[in-house]
Amino acid sequence: MAIVKTERHPDLPPPTSQTGVIGWMRENLFSSPLNIVLTLVAGYVSWVALSSLISYAFIDANFAGTTREDCTGSGACWVFIKMRFGQIMYGFYPEEERWRVDVGYVLVAIGLFFVLSDVVKDKKWPAIYLFGFVPVACYILFSGGYFGLEHVETAQWGGLFLTLVLASVSIFVSLPLGIVLALGRRSSMPVVRMICVGFIEFVRGVPLITVLFMASVMLPLFLPEGVNFDKLVRALVGMSLFASAYMAEVVRGGLQAIPKGQMEAAKSLGLGYWQAMGFIILPQALKISIPSIVNTFIGLFKDTTLVLIIGLLDLLSIVKSGTTDKEWIGMAQEGYIFVAAVFFVFCFGMSRYSIWLENKLHTGHKR
Amino acid sequence: MTTDVQATASSVNMFRDPRVRAVFFQFLVIALVVFFAWYIAHNTAINLANRGIASGFGFLSQPAGFDIGIVLFKSYSSQTSTHLDVLIIGIINTLVVSFAGIVLATIIGFIFGVLRLSKNWIVNKIAYVYIEVVRNIPLLVQLMFWYFAVLSVLPVVRDSIRIGENFYINNRGANFPAIIPEAGFWVIPVALLIGIVATVFMRKWAHKRQDETGQPFPVFWASVALILLLPVLTAIVAGLPFTIDYPTAGRFGINDGWSLKPEFLALLLGLSIYTGAFIAEIVRSGINAVSHGQTEAAHSLGIRPGLTTRLVVLPQALRVIVPPLTSQYLNLTKNSSLATAIGYPELTSIFAGTSLNQTGQAIEVILIAMLFYLGISLLISMFMNWYNQHIALVER
Repeated sequence: MAIVKTERHPDLPPPTSQTGVIGWMRENLFSSPLNIVLTLVAGYVSWVALSSLISYAFIDANFAGTTREDCTGSGACWVFIKMRFGQIMYGFYPEEERWRVDVGYVLVAIGLFFVLSDVVKDKKWPAIYLFGFVPVACYILFSGGYFGLEHVETAQWGGLFLTLVLASVSIFVSLPLGIVLALGRRSSMPVVRMICVGFIEFVRGVPLITVLFMASVMLPLFLPEGVNFDKLVRALVGMSLFASAYMAEVVRGGLQAIPKGQMEAAKSLGLGYWQAMGFIILPQALKISIPSIVNTFIGLFKDTTLVLIIGLLDLLSIVKSGTTDKEWIGMAQEGYIFVAAVFFVFCFGMSRYSIWLENKLHTGHKR
Repeated sequence: MTTDVQATASSVNMFRDPRVRAVFFQFLVIALVVFFAWYIAHNTAINLANRGIASGFGFLSQPAGFDIGIVLFKSYSSQTSTHLDVLIIGIINTLVVSFAGIVLATIIGFIFGVLRLSKNWIVNKIAYVYIEVVRNIPLLVQLMFWYFAVLSVLPVVRDSIRIGENFYINNRGANFPAIIPEAGFWVIPVALLIGIVATVFMRKWAHKRQDETGQPFPVFWASVALILLLPVLTAIVAGLPFTIDYPTAGRFGINDGWSLKPEFLALLLGLSIYTGAFIAEIVRSGINAVSHGQTEAAHSLGIRPGLTTRLVVLPQALRVIVPPLTSQYLNLTKNSSLATAIGYPELTSIFAGTSLNQTGQAIEVILIAMLFYLGISLLISMFMNWYNQHIALVER
């Protein structure tokens, strides 16, 4: 009877073919004949794409030099971007005044850090700073004319700076407008509802370009004689109205997700409409719609490139005019790849933030 | 008691009654809107008069006097054609590129949406990279990249890239063989139409027979035979009533055959690759939204994987996919207006651009353009609503 074991045999580890790198590869790359073929084809394609991209952007690329003649490599010539970097970042903002833009960036960055991150729990003061102090300070800094700062025409604003200004001002204006429109759309008063629905659906039904055309060509006609905005303000009006319609739909989605009981409970406590909205409904509705608001902002940020068509010198526009420069013929690839990379970094970062936030706010059951 | 309540109610300020307040507030809103509209109309009238700009739609019958690069289905000459012709050509070009873009974007989107769900790690990551890169770069940048950085730097006509015998690509576009109809060509489209109609009836019949007898019918292969084989057979029987016109490389360009202009190619590529990435995400989330239990239940009933996907997963996924898909189609149509930046002659570019600059009648021109896009939006959403109702879950 000595062959019968008296103690339990210890659990064996899973076979090596199912764990570690080999197991992972068998599971994810070579699980069936079709998958093997797919893996080989896809691997080859991505290898070719990746290696040619790296050699184009880095190995065969030119970094040193100052003129077109220094573009000797077969890959990209980043000299073009390097020489025009100041213009791409700030447009025609006077060089000795560019520190003002940088100071503005720092002010915004501080505000964003405290509002968006988890460092401070009470967001009241950061919010007041970001939405109250920073806009005024930035306006004074960028435009000048006060405190001995030299006045800089908006026609000189450009590059990434202008893109950021366009995106942040229109989101800043469109959020309150969108909330008002969303409340109007859910109002029990038929006239208010109809006007809000009409505005939202009209704006959402037409392309942004036509709205921008309208703002740039028709706005001067609508205003009394002698009153005239500059080009940037007209573009901002168009973009803000456009964004507010989309924002209204996002906020409406948030409002719809709040159970009716919340409003009824608020009413039964004796709160009026605005009190109930301001203290009970909107804080909850806005909280759950933050990820969608960020997504709308990403869309808006990408849409700022359209001001190229009405002649503002944003990031894309300034690079485009750079590529048509006689001294830099044939730099279209480098220029547009650079612009694409800048936009990708911003938008991808924001979308990651939105996903992180969604997970953080998602306090219910997870599958 | 009732009299008491009424007495207090009437003594309270009437303005405390929410109904009265609502009526008052709405009148206030109407008054404000009317005043605002009047103010704008008044200012506009004064401004127009001061600048000497005519108003009204008379400009539509004036000669346009400029050339248009791409004119389809219509004759156009810069001397005699009017701004109305420009409008119609713009609309046609918008519709053509939108339709082609929607078809291509749907194909790209479904392929990458399915690849994104693949268990194969490399394939999955390729789809992920495509979706994330394309979604996070503005469409206008992509359009300009395709147009100025890819298609414009292709070889000149003399050194055209040749794919196979009869397909040329150069910096003036792509050329490929054309089919020139001859007498009796009409039988082929008619055969195609008959094939499509027959397929619809065949599907109904097959469905009914399966309900009654349980006998399945190879619907898919029968449809392929009807839609593809019937026109081909008809063409052969009718003695091939068409000639194929091959492009030939001439001194100054590629002659004959059909050609696609680089503006069109860039716009089509840009629009469909961009929208395709969004559609891929929609497809992925739609398929993910179908609970895994459905697949397991189907497998336990002995339904094969392919049939499970077709009969169980896809019909349920489509319900989730269709509404956001509609808004992507709408976006694509609206985004085709970005063609202005690369010179494809669609509505915004030639009508709201060149015609506007020539006539100066901004209000009328932009109004027409906006109404067109609104109309298209309504049409597409009406069609998709109908389709959505068709496939929606029938609740008890």
